[in-house]
Amino acid sequence: MSEPTKNGRFQMLVMPHLNSAFNLACWLTRSRHDAEDLVQEASLRAFRFVDGFHGDDARAWLLTIVRNTFYTWYQEQHAQQQNTLFDEEFHSLDTADAGDLRYRDNNPEQLLLRKDSERQLQRALASLPLEFREVMVMRELEDLSYKQIAGIVGIPIGTVMSRLGRGRKLLAKILAPANQGE
Amino acid sequence: MEHSEIMELLPALVDQELGIADTLAVQRHLDTCAECRREYAEQAALSKRVRSETACFNAPPDLAARIANTLPQDKPRRSNFLARWHFNWLQLGSAMATLLLAAWSVGFYLSLPSAQERMTEEIIASHVRSLQADHLTDVASTDQHTVKPWFNGRLSFSPPVIDLAAQGFVLEGGRLDYLDGHPVAALIYRHQKHPINLYIWPTNSKDAGPQAQTSRGYHLVRWSSDEMTYWAVSDVAENELLKFSGILRLAAHQ
Repeated sequence: MSEPTKNGRFQMLVMPHLNSAFNLACWLTRSRHDAEDLVQEASLRAFRFVDGFHGDDARAWLLTIVRNTFYTWYQEQHAQQQNTLFDEEFHSLDTADAGDLRYRDNNPEQLLLRKDSERQLQRALASLPLEFREVMVMRELEDLSYKQIAGIVGIPIGTVMSRLGRGRKLLAKILAPANQGE
Repeated sequence: MEHSEIMELLPALVDQELGIADTLAVQRHLDTCAECRREYAEQAALSKRVRSETACFNAPPDLAARIANTLPQDKPRRSNFLARWHFNWLQLGSAMATLLLAAWSVGFYLSLPSAQERMTEEIIASHVRSLQADHLTDVASTDQHTVKPWFNGRLSFSPPVIDLAAQGFVLEGGRLDYLDGHPVAALIYRHQKHPINLYIWPTNSKDAGPQAQTSRGYHLVRWSSDEMTYWAVSDVAENELLKFSGILRLAAHQ
């Protein structure tokens, strides 16, 4: 019975990366509510496997579990119904309450423009196909290396590179019409 | 390198993931190729924009607590994720773990001596040791006003020290001892050449009258009063030891 040490290991390895796990979960599920369920489920899995983890990159390990848990659930959902619902809650989220954004100036007009542009970007990123969205989030938001991403997704490093390249191009294309309209 | 190869490496240049040789080769090519320069600039600009404008979602403050609550193996919170698969696995696992733990603790309990027996053993061992090692007293004095202050700063409580020379139990001194994981006060009395060790430590239990027992040829009397537990151990006759405890309890209440 090694419950205390197991709990201790879990606290030490998993809990510091809860924000990363939740962020990835949000971008995968595109719903805060589902993301919470997903992270809870993934944490349980992590707890079960924590004794088998001997690496030094606990964050990548946890994100791998979050991603795998998501895909299992995603495939089950897709077997049931083809078209997943686009979660309004996620897209109406005010980015101001969500994170690390810092505004450089307090000019209200600038602020509004900025917020508008952020909302567009958020929407565009959320609408990227999963395979591009996940590498984009891991690279640009979680600042993971190609090697870490390759390990989490289970693809060669070269594929990480090409997916990022194509993902950025796609994103630029989605954003382009909106930019031209201004 | 070919133009098309360079094109494919551009994302890695943006992300600074290229080796030195490749970085130099790609940069040399950029100097001569406007198309690649444009592509690189677009990739870099987009990456910068995503990084600076996209919010990271922080976990709700209570999520960590909710996760911690589900961890004790019994009842993980059911969600629609993998519910069925989980069910079998976890239920079976926790049932077996519980069974194992129950069997183990019953076995352990049966093989354990009771707390009372353990304490008796420990006190006799301490008594014998104090006589063997010529270390009966840390502070040797027949004066209770010397012995009592000696414990100040050595213990987190102040044991009552009473000289009973008039009643035939001569105080010889005091000693620090260690019983059941706590430091305790040991007072040494002598009655007709028989040393008596009196162990004192604080307790939360109610007052209890003297109880005598005999083990390995030694007599023990224990009692509790005024939030202190007393154990007296000696090789004097049991009735003498009971008398000692009686006098002491009376004197302590005066």
